[in-house]
Amino acid sequence: MSTLPADDRPVLLEARDVVKHFPIRTPKGKQLVQAVDGVSLSVRAGETLGLVGESGCGKSTLGRCLVRLLDPTSGQVIFDGVDITTTSRRELRSLRTGFQMIFQDPYASLNPRRRALATVEEPMLTHSMGSDAEIRARALMLLEQVGFDRSYSDRYPHEFSGGQRQRLGIARALALEPRLLVADEPVSALDVSIQAQVLNLLSDLQSEHSLTYVFIAHDLAVVHHIADRIGVMYLGELVEVGSSTDVYTAPRHPYTEALISAIPVIDDELETRERIVLTGDLPSPIDKPSGCVFNPRCHYAQDVCRTDRPMLQLLDDGREVACHFPLSLPLAVV
Amino acid sequence: MSETTEPLLDVRDLRVSFRTRTGLVTAVDGISFTVGRGEVEGLVGESGSGKSVSMLSVLGLIDNPNCVIEGQALFQGRDLLAMSDDELRAVRGAEIAMIFQDPMTSLTPVYTAGWHISEQIRAHEKVSKRAAHDRAVQLLTAVGIPNAAERVNSYPHEFSGGMRQRVVIAMALSCNPSLLIADEPTTALDVTIQAQILELLQGLQREFGSSIVLITHDMGVVSQVSDRVMVMYGGRLAEAGPRREVMRTPLHPYTWGLMASIPPTDGSRVARLAAIPGAPISPSDPDRDRCLFSARCAFASDACRPEPSLVEHIPGHADSCVLPFGERSELRRRATQTVEVVT
Repeated sequence: MSTLPADDRPVLLEARDVVKHFPIRTPKGKQLVQAVDGVSLSVRAGETLGLVGESGCGKSTLGRCLVRLLDPTSGQVIFDGVDITTTSRRELRSLRTGFQMIFQDPYASLNPRRRALATVEEPMLTHSMGSDAEIRARALMLLEQVGFDRSYSDRYPHEFSGGQRQRLGIARALALEPRLLVADEPVSALDVSIQAQVLNLLSDLQSEHSLTYVFIAHDLAVVHHIADRIGVMYLGELVEVGSSTDVYTAPRHPYTEALISAIPVIDDELETRERIVLTGDLPSPIDKPSGCVFNPRCHYAQDVCRTDRPMLQLLDDGREVACHFPLSLPLAVV
Repeated sequence: MSETTEPLLDVRDLRVSFRTRTGLVTAVDGISFTVGRGEVEGLVGESGSGKSVSMLSVLGLIDNPNCVIEGQALFQGRDLLAMSDDELRAVRGAEIAMIFQDPMTSLTPVYTAGWHISEQIRAHEKVSKRAAHDRAVQLLTAVGIPNAAERVNSYPHEFSGGMRQRVVIAMALSCNPSLLIADEPTTALDVTIQAQILELLQGLQREFGSSIVLITHDMGVVSQVSDRVMVMYGGRLAEAGPRREVMRTPLHPYTWGLMASIPPTDGSRVARLAAIPGAPISPSDPDRDRCLFSARCAFASDACRPEPSLVEHIPGHADSCVLPFGERSELRRRATQTVEVVT
């Protein structure tokens, strides 16, 4: 179980040793894609946890397990005190009003034959959240909150631009008054100017509706901007967790360090850090390296890293790092 | 530009429009620029800004009978837009090469990496299969593919995304082009792989001395590798200048907004991003005799009509905004004010 910084906000979501393996058939026989391999984390009510990592690191699979769009192979997901991994489908359905998801591709996740207003009304009708008139009024209000006046309510998804579709997806996710939103790459398909608008909208909605976010993205600068805490994933494992500022300015896992140094900086005079260019590619989640998952690409790897898998451990500064040799903090921070 | 020699590529008043059922759609609206020898030119803009179409049209790669291309594109003094298909085919691949965003679309799945490279070499030069194959191995080594002698026989699906992009780069470099056009070469890649590819492009540029036009939506990528930056909006150039000046003292309100839309990368955090309101202008918008950004600009006024022209305020650094030059930095400060979050 992960330890959180001292805080009086209750834990809303907790994942305990979540594992998700996908069996696949290969020429070598049946094998397992170890997409998520023992992840534990907690999210307090009202905070934003950012999950970041490269493609194939399992961040989306974990996100889907957190709202049980996928059934984890093992482990528990506890939402507001209830283990949602063992509940029946029927119970789950009513629990789902508490947690909703926003997807990356807003076109694929919207029904092309349903108008904007009907898209937002649908979850409320499914959960019989009031009379038709009440539902309509609430849907119109939600559309307005995400920036659409009434003239938009009769439009179909194809009549919206990418950013507008994403806002429509957000309105739909908010329809059931959820407490938790899991957003999977919500801005990565958008142009930068539109990306900023959607990020601002998400911040505004968070304070208006006191929402809790799990924000999944590959872009560390975006995650650092929106999240209070950041979890860094690599090959299905959480390798570092800490406050957004700490992780971004003083990473303690070698992978986080490399990930941050790979972000292109706008003004090269501000560039004081040393650029670490990782060699090689992400290993396959079917055939994971033994020991530390990062050891084949790590600059600091020693013999023990090739044999023993490091567990996520709490360091003295409140950071959690899965590394045998966590990086030391720069003197100014200590 | 301060060069004494003539530029490698000199694009003059390029216009690209498409005839559609609903009228003429203007994708590129009269842009002029030059690419110097050995220079890396960054072309930045959002989707629909015309950045890709402008370079595709110069290379004759737009295969659409309803496309109208006007203007001149002088490559080493010869107008690419006036060339016949055969003449252009001899230039493309040999003297000018292109790299696309998705490496899989540039590779045929049923042929090996080596086949792709040899085929390109043999299309432009009279060499034996053996010699072409050997050069393919050398090129794959040069772009950092380990064990190239063996990997030359691998098929595209056997490479990862980053490795595939390296194969495409090796293909592009196979005839030693003097100009390389890279259209979003790292957009489909993870950041750690992006860093590898950018480093590779820079290294190869230094080694082979080719000029590069880098098309991207990412200000960070452009600031990392280019010597000069051009910012496009609505098919026109909003701003163009040396990279450092554009990044540090951008002149056009669109560039201000574009840079303020990116979350800070220096470790500071802001409560809200100074986003640009509204959506990018549609290329089919008929009202074009104005500054196309004025609809989203906080400083728009009657002066934004008619279409302002690109003015060189500082040698080499031009922009197309009508705001008084002396007040720009103060206006920029006001436009992009943000509240820093103290944690």
